[in-house]
Amino acid sequence: MAVTLAARRTAPRRPGGRADGMSAISGVRSSGFWFYLIPGLLLFTFIILIPLVWNVYLSFTDWRGIRPPEFIGLENWIELFGDAKFWASFRNSLAMIVAMVIVPTLLGLVLAALLFDVIGRKFGGRVASFLRATYYLPQILPVAIAAIVIGWILRPENGALNTVLDAVGLGALQHNWLGSPDTALVSIMVVMVWVQIGYPVVIFMAALQRVDPELYEAAELDGAGWFQRFRYITVSAIRPEIFVVTLTCTIAALKVFGPIYALTGGGPGSATIVPSYYSYIQFFQSQQVGYGATISTALTIVVIVVAIGFIRLQVRSERAEGER
Amino acid sequence: MSDSTTSIRSDAADVEPLTASGTGTVPMPVGAAPERRSRNRPPHARRTTRDWVWLGLAIVFGLLVAIPFLIILINSFKSPTDYNTSGPLLLPKELYFDGLVTFWNRVDFPEKLWNSFLIAGSVALLAVALSVLNAYALGIGRVKYRTGILLLFLLADLIPQEALLYPLYYMFKAVGLYDTQLAIIIIFTVIQAAFGTYLLSSVFGTFPREVLEAAALDGAGRFRTLVRVVLPISKGTLSVLLIFFFIWTWNEFLIPLTFLVSNENQTVPVAITLLQGDRLMDVTTTSASALLGVIPTLVFFLIFQRTLTRGITAGAVK
Repeated sequence: MAVTLAARRTAPRRPGGRADGMSAISGVRSSGFWFYLIPGLLLFTFIILIPLVWNVYLSFTDWRGIRPPEFIGLENWIELFGDAKFWASFRNSLAMIVAMVIVPTLLGLVLAALLFDVIGRKFGGRVASFLRATYYLPQILPVAIAAIVIGWILRPENGALNTVLDAVGLGALQHNWLGSPDTALVSIMVVMVWVQIGYPVVIFMAALQRVDPELYEAAELDGAGWFQRFRYITVSAIRPEIFVVTLTCTIAALKVFGPIYALTGGGPGSATIVPSYYSYIQFFQSQQVGYGATISTALTIVVIVVAIGFIRLQVRSERAEGER
Repeated sequence: MSDSTTSIRSDAADVEPLTASGTGTVPMPVGAAPERRSRNRPPHARRTTRDWVWLGLAIVFGLLVAIPFLIILINSFKSPTDYNTSGPLLLPKELYFDGLVTFWNRVDFPEKLWNSFLIAGSVALLAVALSVLNAYALGIGRVKYRTGILLLFLLADLIPQEALLYPLYYMFKAVGLYDTQLAIIIIFTVIQAAFGTYLLSSVFGTFPREVLEAAALDGAGRFRTLVRVVLPISKGTLSVLLIFFFIWTWNEFLIPLTFLVSNENQTVPVAITLLQGDRLMDVTTTSASALLGVIPTLVFFLIFQRTLTRGITAGAVK
């Protein structure tokens, strides 16, 4: 979320030196508008703020859900740092970042440039729009349903992939894709690449609308190859969108839950456990509410740190761009 | 919040009017296709072999993305025996509807559709209303601390829902709203409105000043200005928000899964996911279950795509 942009846009420099404390309607004071914020702030307090603070508090308690929570200080946090399963869950988050951020962004850049620079120009916009729509298709599904679609193809007994492998004489490669530790994580990653790929393509192609096609033609006439055009025109023109896509996808990757729930339940062993699923089972299966709260608080901290880091990076690079 | 959160920002800004270019048939919220070409040269000139190779690669990649859908589609209409003899890739020998019918009845699909529709529809309406009120105060009212308040709201979108899950579960249990659709509606109204407030505040922040001046000269108060001036002009953006909130809420999983334990309250994604691995589900019935999960979102997308484009061009915002 491009927070900095929002902050800047909602607080536009006042033309004509309008006095502070005044609304955009001349002669009407800002203070009278607080009334309109009451429902929003009240609801926000009860649904977001109180639960969030409460959850942080719970991370310092031992609570099995029945007797009242008992304050135990940093015990949960100390346990967390020594918990191999917790670290495994974050390692798997890195795998999710590869599958949901790095691969889709790189592939999305190439595909968007391909659709815009080659296919749109040489074969017409219709072909390009049709292909873009196809890539986008998995994005519209509930992610748990998307996982079920791929999971069906990967099922061990008479699953589509195994049957096809057998039919083409590669029966030796048949595998319990989601059920064995060596392939379960990779299978989930394939699902996530499939789900995510349309998003960067659509955003990047929309961004490319800003680029004058004549620029490509001029570059082509000057002898710039495809890769040079890609590097110096496409990528540099859509830098802001690359930031937005990598930020939102990284946060989404850290929060993945549905596919794990629908396909593997974190297993086999802890091969596909992710932080959100780990906290979920602590809350509702092990009834270790305090520990579940610790995991989810840790995840929240990571998400916020990542978001702030990204935004600072963006501001710095924008500034560097401006100085050039 | 889903990963497609920000797409609305670029989408809202980049949707082009439906032209004769035929983009209307494409199920995308972004109507802007690369239509521009050099004026002084015949179109499609100089297609080299390389261009054809690139096109081939793009099509192969499109097929890779589409194949899972096609496989699910053809196998949902096969009998298990047919599947076992002919495999997953051949078309069904004869159309077999038992799998679909079995699953349809087993989950009581119409009931789940209605639940999802009720929840997503209510959230969409309420969240748009809440976003408008918030954004009116922040974008046009320009109240003090507006940037801080906006960042606070955005927190709702940023934090993982697990961090709210147990306290919410406990609170809603305490007030007797656990396992009700109302609980889901309240929670997602707040979460979606966070993004709506962010988007609308920036739209309202650039609202044409002359229009507001004119309203003030006519003696319209704050509320009248909102209803008579601001809302009609922002209709386009509001309908886009409405549709996005609807689809996002439809696709939500973790909180509905945790809160809606009674079968008769569940949403489509939750009900379908919970039946996976059920003993009574044979191979093609499972495929049919996936198909039933895919169809509604596909249909909404095809319907909404037109509304989206029309809304944007009619509203003339941005």
